[in-house]
Amino acid sequence: MTIGPSAFLGLAAVLFALGLYGAVARRSAVMVLMSLELMAVAVNLNMVALSRFVTPTEMTGQFFAIFTMVVSAAEIGLGLALVLAIYRQTRSIELSSIDSLKG
Amino acid sequence: MSESVNGVAFVILAFASIGGAVGMLTTRNIIHAAFWLLEVMVAVGGLYLLLSAEFLAVVQILIYAGAVSVLMLFVIMLTLRRREDSVRPVEVSIGGGILVAVFGTVMYVAIARYGDRVGEMPIVVPDTAALGELLFTQWALPFEVASLVLLVALVGAVWWSREGDDR
Repeated sequence: MTIGPSAFLGLAAVLFALGLYGAVARRSAVMVLMSLELMAVAVNLNMVALSRFVTPTEMTGQFFAIFTMVVSAAEIGLGLALVLAIYRQTRSIELSSIDSLKG
Repeated sequence: MSESVNGVAFVILAFASIGGAVGMLTTRNIIHAAFWLLEVMVAVGGLYLLLSAEFLAVVQILIYAGAVSVLMLFVIMLTLRRREDSVRPVEVSIGGGILVAVFGTVMYVAIARYGDRVGEMPIVVPDTAALGELLFTQWALPFEVASLVLLVALVGAVWWSREGDDR
């Protein structure tokens, strides 16, 4: 049994699709942030897999994955701080309760 | 000559990561969802090991399984007023389903058509020492910018989440 790049790409696509569904469907802000993390991990898996198959010595995909991790770590820190700030204002983390800009 | 990925390990890790993601989306308890996410992160770290990206595997476990999951659990527990608030009905979104179906179809077509254009796994294995050397020579500027991004995010997170209305 040979595991080619398609297997990794397919796995990453499934993970990304699940994360996409979670980000759209869930109504809790923390669950949406968790789904975003899932999507970031799927993208990273793609880049590391293609880096292994295409540029094993330059490792370009691995560097991109490192910087994606940095950005998603910053995103999750800021996102969770925002959730805490919203919770202080509205006593709720439901996305439907954040409607003060609604016309 | 070409290397190959351990098929049994790949199947186990793929099953673990997809199963964890499904568990995260179907569980009704948001704390269980955070632990399912942790399980996905560990499984993906194992996949990085299969791809001989040892440094990324360790970073994955440290950052995602260690730091991000703990941060998630802290925020979940800080924003729950009662124990019962953590359990919520499973939300079904038709729009989300359609979006995922379209995305899945596009991905399936793209991988079926172009996935095998990338050849077999090369025998050359990525080297962690070489990764460190490249990171501090060729990628030195992005590395410094990344540290600046993290610093700004740190200050911003502290600023946003502090107590008090004197903002």
